[in-house]
Amino acid sequence: MGLVSWLIAMPFLTMVAVVLVPQKHWRAIRWISVVGTGIGLLLTAYITYRYWIEARNDVDFLRTATLTKLYLVERVPWFEALGIQYFVGIDGISVSMVILTSIIIFCGVLASWNVETRTKEFFALLLLLVTGVFGVFLSYDLFLFFMFYELAVLPMYLLIGIWGTGPKEYAAMKLTLMLLVGSAFVLVGFLALYHASGLNTFDLQALASIHYSDRFQWWFFPMIFVGFGVIGALFPFHTWSPDGHSSAPTAVSMLHAGVLMKLGGYGALRIAVYVLPEGAKAWALFFMALTTINILYGSFGAIMQRDLKYFTAYSSVSHCGFVLFGVAALNLMGFKGAVLQMFSHGIMTGLFFGLIGMVYGRTHTRVIPEMGGLAKVMPWLATCFYIAGLASLGLPGLSGFVAETHVFLGGFFGNPWSNTIATRVLTIVATLSIVVTAVYVLRGLAMVFQGPINDPHFEELRDATLTEKLSTGVLVATLLFVGMLPWLIINLIEPSLYPFINRLNGVAGNVVAGL
Amino acid sequence: MNFVNSLLWTIPALPLAGFITLALFGDRIARRSVSRIAVGTVSLSALLALVFAFRFVTAPPEGQAFQQALWSWIHVGSFSVDAALRLDSLSMVMVLVVTVIGALIHLYSTEYMADDESYTRFFAYLNLFVAAMLTLVLADNLLFLFLGWEGVGLCSFLLIGFWYEDPKNGRAAAKAFLVTRIGDVFMLIGMLLLFWHFGTLHIQTLLGAVNTEGHSWHLTLAALLLLGGAIGKSGQVPLQVWLPDAMAGPTPVSALIHAATMVTAGVYLIARMNPIFIHAPGIQHLVAVIGAVTLLIAGLCALAQRDIKRVLAYSTVSQIGYMFLALGAGAWSAAMFHFFTHAIFKALLFMAAGAIIVALHHEQDMFKMGGLRRRMPLVFWTYLIGSLSLAALPLVTAGFYSKDKILFEVFTSEHGKLLWAVGVAGAFITALYTFRMNFLVFFGTQKSEIHKGTGLAMALPLMLLAAGATVVGFFELPAVFGHFTLFSSFIEHTLPGTHGDHASHSLELMLMAVSTAAVFAGIAVAYFIWGSAAKKSSDVTKRPLSRLLASGMGFDWLYERAIVSPYSAGARANAADAVNALYTALVSGIEAIAFSLARTQSGRLRWYMAAIAFGAVVGILLVVYA
Repeated sequence: MGLVSWLIAMPFLTMVAVVLVPQKHWRAIRWISVVGTGIGLLLTAYITYRYWIEARNDVDFLRTATLTKLYLVERVPWFEALGIQYFVGIDGISVSMVILTSIIIFCGVLASWNVETRTKEFFALLLLLVTGVFGVFLSYDLFLFFMFYELAVLPMYLLIGIWGTGPKEYAAMKLTLMLLVGSAFVLVGFLALYHASGLNTFDLQALASIHYSDRFQWWFFPMIFVGFGVIGALFPFHTWSPDGHSSAPTAVSMLHAGVLMKLGGYGALRIAVYVLPEGAKAWALFFMALTTINILYGSFGAIMQRDLKYFTAYSSVSHCGFVLFGVAALNLMGFKGAVLQMFSHGIMTGLFFGLIGMVYGRTHTRVIPEMGGLAKVMPWLATCFYIAGLASLGLPGLSGFVAETHVFLGGFFGNPWSNTIATRVLTIVATLSIVVTAVYVLRGLAMVFQGPINDPHFEELRDATLTEKLSTGVLVATLLFVGMLPWLIINLIEPSLYPFINRLNGVAGNVVAGL
Repeated sequence: MNFVNSLLWTIPALPLAGFITLALFGDRIARRSVSRIAVGTVSLSALLALVFAFRFVTAPPEGQAFQQALWSWIHVGSFSVDAALRLDSLSMVMVLVVTVIGALIHLYSTEYMADDESYTRFFAYLNLFVAAMLTLVLADNLLFLFLGWEGVGLCSFLLIGFWYEDPKNGRAAAKAFLVTRIGDVFMLIGMLLLFWHFGTLHIQTLLGAVNTEGHSWHLTLAALLLLGGAIGKSGQVPLQVWLPDAMAGPTPVSALIHAATMVTAGVYLIARMNPIFIHAPGIQHLVAVIGAVTLLIAGLCALAQRDIKRVLAYSTVSQIGYMFLALGAGAWSAAMFHFFTHAIFKALLFMAAGAIIVALHHEQDMFKMGGLRRRMPLVFWTYLIGSLSLAALPLVTAGFYSKDKILFEVFTSEHGKLLWAVGVAGAFITALYTFRMNFLVFFGTQKSEIHKGTGLAMALPLMLLAAGATVVGFFELPAVFGHFTLFSSFIEHTLPGTHGDHASHSLELMLMAVSTAAVFAGIAVAYFIWGSAAKKSSDVTKRPLSRLLASGMGFDWLYERAIVSPYSAGARANAADAVNALYTALVSGIEAIAFSLARTQSGRLRWYMAAIAFGAVVGILLVVYA
């Protein structure tokens, strides 16, 4: 078993270990989980290092390549008759997403330190979900990809339905149904590719080496894009997200908003744009317009929410809009921005939901107007909240700014296949988000943390515990790190994006560095 | 020798280190050490800045700028943004003002904030502010500059809302951040445009490319967008509304951020990017017009304020208007000179006002002050010196030399006569509101008790700045007084020179006489209205015109009606998300169909029979005819 398989197996093995421990030792369960995900984090670090050692020599090669190069590949036939294989590996986009996932699940476990009801099932499902997420980011066989994708989506139903709050059954049902409809679109798209290629394989690299007819691409690009768009909160398919996020327990919201929503952007880029470049060209402007609405509509939706989780969920809708906007820009800058935004938003929103859980655990309310003045009693949590808020409004020095700058530059540069005036106008409209985002972030945070303390009970609340400080501290440090030294992560990502550009241009070796 | 040059990075890093120390370990540090760390780091920065200034004059660096690369911020392909510092003469002036005045204000704050429970937090923010401002003025790249630009915005937000338990302060803080952010959107789009067109955001490379390109619509548009950013940060019409409200912060903050340094970031930006504006003459003229309009509007508003800090705030807006006027007229060094003198006398005025406010137990209404001349002599004299400088009393005040330079160069610039007239009218209004304030506060009968004297930590900065507000004027003397141009020859290493030198001495003297007359007229009118009988004028704010002016000419009212209310109403109406209706409708539709189908399973045999018969008939018909 290779490194990549170990990474996928790690949460699964931890899950097995968790299942074997009886519920009465629930304290041991969380330690097992923390150790398991901690090992996953170390493994991720090692894989990143290995990837970088091998990939850095291939930058020039990738400049002229039309297929992305994979590293640490493992390939085993599975159902040979159908052309299904166990095919995993890693490239720059995967590696950044894997780092994100490892950080979020580690912090998510720490943030769930106080789950006392059915601890075992909770952690088991959480770890199963993470197995699915790793699998999606690392598999290059569409069948395997889809299997992991469903594995990531389905535990959600139980996690929300059992450990959730508020109208949890409604939310769990709505989320699952909408995501399943999305994945149905994706599945149809995959099967269409399988048949149209005539290769009798689900191997993504092989499928991508075929040129599909323009008509086929015109039909199936939007199908796959929208299918992934549903989980990426594409307007108007975003409505599952506020309900789902607000009902889910803390770690699930963290993982869901932080990582699962990234599956959408990842799939849209990795599969829709990669395999169907002609379709992407035809539809880019349409989706750019749709994601511009995403960006502004999310901010517009966030400002008057009364529930802190709804507030954050709408802000996620807005920020995920940037991801798909960057993808729709169809240039290197936009793609980089999209991947960076996935990473940055993942960390930021993980932090947000983690903090909300911690605040809720103390105040027992998430209704914004009922809070107030909390900065006085919980300065650590307030500071972290403000840092997350500042990252989300794109303050330079934090990760959000770097990502948004790339996305804006990408949109502004446009591409030869969309009307440049239109892309520029859309980009300028999208930049308005930096004001409207600031409006709701500052307003929301002021209502929660500033002003006089509303409720005398709040006077006695405690600030963060040690595990909470560790969990939030790691996330804050990541936001700062990516904000100050973004090139480290950009260098990991960028070479793997060259083939995407070459495919769009239809000419190998035409990547203008940087643009 | 090179060792000293390599210390450039420590100028912003020292206050940053102060911030980090206070932020991480603040709760474990004694108050005394907190102030030592905070004041110490900024003072060290100031000393270093002075060393650099000295070296700049004695051993000018190559290319008239010290440079130092720090680290690679974004370094990928051709999109590379280095975090690098560049200290040229323009930055030098800014750095000196920021660090020296910053250090004095830190010192002052140790006494002003002594009783505040969040003492550490205050100094942490203040240190962070100085670090961000230094980044702004030292940055070698527009995107890195933007880091400082937003950083100072953040600190301003944190410090305006410093006393966060009062929601009013929080609102003022958010307003400041948001209004300046509107400007930032323009600036961001401007940067996108510049990067798209020139392929770089490195300032020197960019300006070089601008100069070779000459006139083009790109530059006109870029200049307009950068101007948008500058207007927001510097509180110029129509985005001036945040600055008066920013006075909600502690007074040292008003002195440092909302008078001496941050608000002039827009002036710095335009001066720094001057080739772009020179190649976009229409926009440059617009800069002057905005400056002129602002200085007039803000001056008039200052006349009707009751709160001493709001008078000073409007006066700041108005004085920055003069700087914009100068920038727009191509009087680059005059604008920077006015920035320099203004920073000194406005910091002085704010800190003296702070001393009064503390003494009167946080009373800020001028109509409740009065007669403080005898009880607070030190504050009175220093405040008077600051006021005279603000009002530009001829010959002995710094404000006179800088304002006179602006007015003279505006007059001799193209289409400058009307702008000059506005400037002179502004000078009259400035003298008027300045002395209204002085007469109300220091003369007449005493109305409030003094609770607390002024200690050394507060008195020392006042005295030093009072000296400065007189002396620095002599750094730059007009042609008729010997044409001593220490300041402008220094700064013109970086900024273009002016063309007004060919004007005759008699013209210069005549213009000076006119503006001097305006100043004296202003003081005289102020004396007649408020000097002799300070009591009767307290109800002046009830008249409609005064009310309009007191409210800042209704800009807030307009924005509230036109933007804020509709947006929040819309958002509130849509809080349940209209898109959801789509899915709810889908669900109800499916439910309706399901229910109606379910109803067919009624258990009544005759219905089943009928259905079977009907189906059979349809089936047969289809077979026969199809």
